[in-house]
Formats: sequence, C-alpha cells, structure tokens
Amino acid sequence: MNIKKLGLYFILIFASLLCLLPFVWMISASFMTNGEASIYPPKFFPTEITFNQYASLFSRLNVGRYLINSVLLSVSVTFISLFINSMAGFAFAKYRFAGKNKLFKLLLSFMIIPAQVTMLPLFLMLKNMGLINTYFAVIIPGMASIFGIFLIRQYLLSIPDSIIEAAKIDGASDFQIYFSLILPLAKPILITLAIFTFMGTWNDFLWPLIVMTDNSMYTLPVALANLMGEHTLDIELMMAGSVVTIIPILLVFMVLQKYYIRGIMLGGVKG
Amino acid sequence: MKTNNRTSFTAAYFFLTPALLAILIFFFIPVLAALLMSFTDFNIYSLGNFKYVRFIGLKNYLDLFNDALFWQALKNTFYFVLAGGPLSIIASLGAAVLLSSKLIKFKSFFRVIFFMPVVTTLVAVAIVWRFIYHPKFGILNYLLDLIGISGVDWLGDPNWAMPAIILMAVWKNFGYNMVIFIAGLQNIPADLYEAAEMEGASGWQQFKNITMPMLAPTTLFISIITLIGYFQLFAEPYVMTQGGPLNKTLSIVLYMYQEGFRWWNMGYSAALAFILFFIILIFTLIQLKVQKESTV
Repeated sequence: MNIKKLGLYFILIFASLLCLLPFVWMISASFMTNGEASIYPPKFFPTEITFNQYASLFSRLNVGRYLINSVLLSVSVTFISLFINSMAGFAFAKYRFAGKNKLFKLLLSFMIIPAQVTMLPLFLMLKNMGLINTYFAVIIPGMASIFGIFLIRQYLLSIPDSIIEAAKIDGASDFQIYFSLILPLAKPILITLAIFTFMGTWNDFLWPLIVMTDNSMYTLPVALANLMGEHTLDIELMMAGSVVTIIPILLVFMVLQKYYIRGIMLGGVKG
Repeated sequence: MKTNNRTSFTAAYFFLTPALLAILIFFFIPVLAALLMSFTDFNIYSLGNFKYVRFIGLKNYLDLFNDALFWQALKNTFYFVLAGGPLSIIASLGAAVLLSSKLIKFKSFFRVIFFMPVVTTLVAVAIVWRFIYHPKFGILNYLLDLIGISGVDWLGDPNWAMPAIILMAVWKNFGYNMVIFIAGLQNIPADLYEAAEMEGASGWQQFKNITMPMLAPTTLFISIITLIGYFQLFAEPYVMTQGGPLNKTLSIVLYMYQEGFRWWNMGYSAALAFILFFIILIFTLIQLKVQKESTV
C-alpha cells in the first residue's frame, strides 16, 4: 500500500513540476540581461538579477499604458455585465411571463454559435458608430452574456419565493427587491461570474486585436503579440512582458480561486 | 411574486430589456448580417462605400470549395481537434482520478497548481512556449538532450509544428476539465465501489465498469465544450507560427482573420465563419445523438 501511495505522489509531483516549469523559467528569464537566455546549455537562473527588462518595458515600450487599458476594460466589462446579467437572471428566475421558457431556451441555443461569426458585421457596425479604437468597442459586445444570465438564474432558483413575497408585503418596489435583497443574497455567484468575466476580458485576444488598431489602445495580450513581431530575439524582454500580463490574473485567481472553481462545477461552460 | 398581473409583467421586461437588447443588437443581428454577408462580394472597396456590395449567391462557398488553403486549414483544424481534444480529456480524467484518490493529501494544493495554466493569458503562455520550443536554446530540447534524445525544430518542422501546439494546448487546458471531472467523480456513490471491492474487482475493472459509465454524462458535456473550444484555434498559431511552416498550422479562424481583417475580403471571410459554425453544430449534434443511443 505504501508503494502505491508513494507512486501516486511521485506522479502528482512530477505533473506539478511540468505545470510549473514554464512559469518558473519565464520569471527567471525575465530577470536576465540581454542575451543570457540565448545560450546553450540554457540557464535556469540569472547570474545576476536585473530589472532592466521591466525598466525598458515601462519606459520605452509603453507597457504602463497597455496595463491601464487592460485593467480599465476588464473592470468596466465586469461591472456592466454583472449588472445587466443579474437583472435578466433575476427576471428569468423569479417572474412569470408569457413565453419565458421559450425565450430562455432560445437564448441557451445561441450559445452554440461561435463568437467569430458575429465579428465581421460587429466590426462594421462599430466602425460606422465611430467606436473603433475606443474602449466601447470592447465593452459593448461584452455587456450581456448568455452564460452569465444562465449562471445567475440557476443560483436564484434556489432562493425561496417567500422572502420576496415578504419584502413585497412590506412595500418594497421591484427594483428595491432586486437591488437590496437579491443582489446581496446572490453575492457568491456574482463573485464567481465577476472572476469569469474579468479573466475572460483580460485574456481575450482576437476581438481586441481586431478593434484596437491604434497602438495607444492595445490591451496587454495584443501589445505582447505585437512586440513579439519586433523583438523576436529578445527572449528576456518578452518574458518580462509575459510576467506583467500573467501575474495580475494569477493573483486574482489565487485570492478568489474558491469561487472560480465552484463556478466551473456549477456552470461548467467556458464563458 | 409569481403572480400573473400587469405590474409583474412590466417589471420582468424592465429587468430583461437591457440584456435582451444587447444580445439582439450586438449578437443576433450580427449573426444574421454575417450570413447575408457570406452571399456578397464585400471587400475593401465596399468598406468605403456599401454601394459597391453585390450579391453573388453561393460563389464564396464554391470558391472555398476550390481553395487549397481552405482545405489545408480545415485539415489542420481537424488534426488539432481530433488529436488534441481526446488527449486533453484523457489528461483531465487522469488528473481527476489521481486527485480523487483517498490515499492523497494536499489535494487543493495540487489542484491549484494544475489549474494555473488554465487561468493564465494564452498569448503570454504561447510566447513562453515559443521559446521553450526554441531549437537551439529552448529548455525542451535541452531536457531531451539530457536523457539522450536529440530534439527537433519543434515549430519550424512542418511535421512537428502541430504536435507542438497540441502539447501546449493539453498543458494549458487539462486543469479546466479536471475540475469538472472531480465534481463528477464526487457524485458517484461510494457503496458501488464497496460492493465491487467485496466481489474482488480490480482497480481497473472498477474504473471500467463503475467510473466510466457513471461519468458518461460528464464526459459528454466535457467533449462538447472541448470540441467547441478547440475548433476555434487561433492565438496559438497566430503567436507561435503565424500559420506556418508550409501552412501546417493555419487554422480556420486564423484563415478567417487573415481574409477578413488583413485583406478585407469580408464576404469570403463570413463564409468561412459559417462553415466553422456548421462544423461545430454538426459535431455537437452527433455527440448528443451518440449519447442518446448509448443510454437507450
């Protein structure tokens, strides 16, 4: 039995190392001087730790601006979509109206349509509205998500109607019930959805690549892919850029992982 | 609240309107518009003035049918989905079974580590792997060297570029489905295993006769979302290979992006997008049908 246990731990630790190795090497190489990562045999640790790569990212290559773009976009998409999706989820969970189930099923069936299908007309639409190269180009298509509505509806179904009835008898309006009763009760699922949305927007690549064509509007992933074209050989610099992109999202995950993992178990669908 | 009076109807639509409007205007209408667009010759001239758009019927689809690059992209995408999909699912299931073992402690610790690649930005990760795969200085070839295997030019060799992208995708994604599998495993009643244990069933027999059938709904769900996701392959080839070498990693979405947003052949690109949609639709329906038949 002990051998079996040992074997299991061996496999798990080996797999963990495989998972971590790219990150460890990325962080390590980001502290190397120019050219230190382009030698054979490769070095796993810098001879001397230098912050030069980070310094040139922020001073010369405008990464501060991209960081601000990414933060602003991820935060605003998260708040706006949370508000809109929770209202719709509330209506689907707690109101009775003609065609409700049909409407809900119709929305769910849309989920099979890949977002790429919408991208060409959406681009033209935003272009005619003069919104290409503005934050709105990313925020607008992210305002409502069917997955988000679904997740919130499922959660709210488990909240007893009697609480709402009681608030109604006390004279609360529909909006008061939503805002001061439902939202606090739905806090766990709202946090879950917030992480999903934040990460989805932070990590998104194709759409910002299409609508943010002006250098100053790039998000971190777009800027990084673009830098890769010009600095193909500057491994150390590119690793520092990757660290700047990955660390914020990793921190969010570490702090809120409980909610995130539960969200996958609940909805199980990629947002 | 569940009264059918007028005020509750008004309130329901007050709450629904923002979401429904957003979905209608920025999702549903664009889908229909894309379908229309795929029957037109929308190109860089039409971009300046919609007057120049002409309906050309099925010409885009017929042209695609004769486009060698399209067939190459289709082949590559299927390679990625049909090899990468099952490999990812097997890795997820393996990790989930390991982490569900009663012999193991520190489960949440391992789970977080296995999950880290999932949450990190794909573009950044693809850049890191691009250097890991570097033929001269990359750590992969170095590690292979240490155990006496001579490495290859992973991303430069037409035969190895797609396997290299698949390997990275498995590493990046297996943690996601692992979490869903763990939830599925927790739902299998423990007394099934106890009964099997008493009858002397081996670990493998238990896995085959209890775990696999009980996990079938979870596995179906996971295969569907994995296939849908993998058919949309884009950032990995965009960052790591630009579709090369010899177009061996050109994916449908990458080709769609190049046609639509680099050359502004938007009608042609829309036809590509719809072919992607139909492939995804057909695969999902097949999987649902297979599931239905196997449970009857």
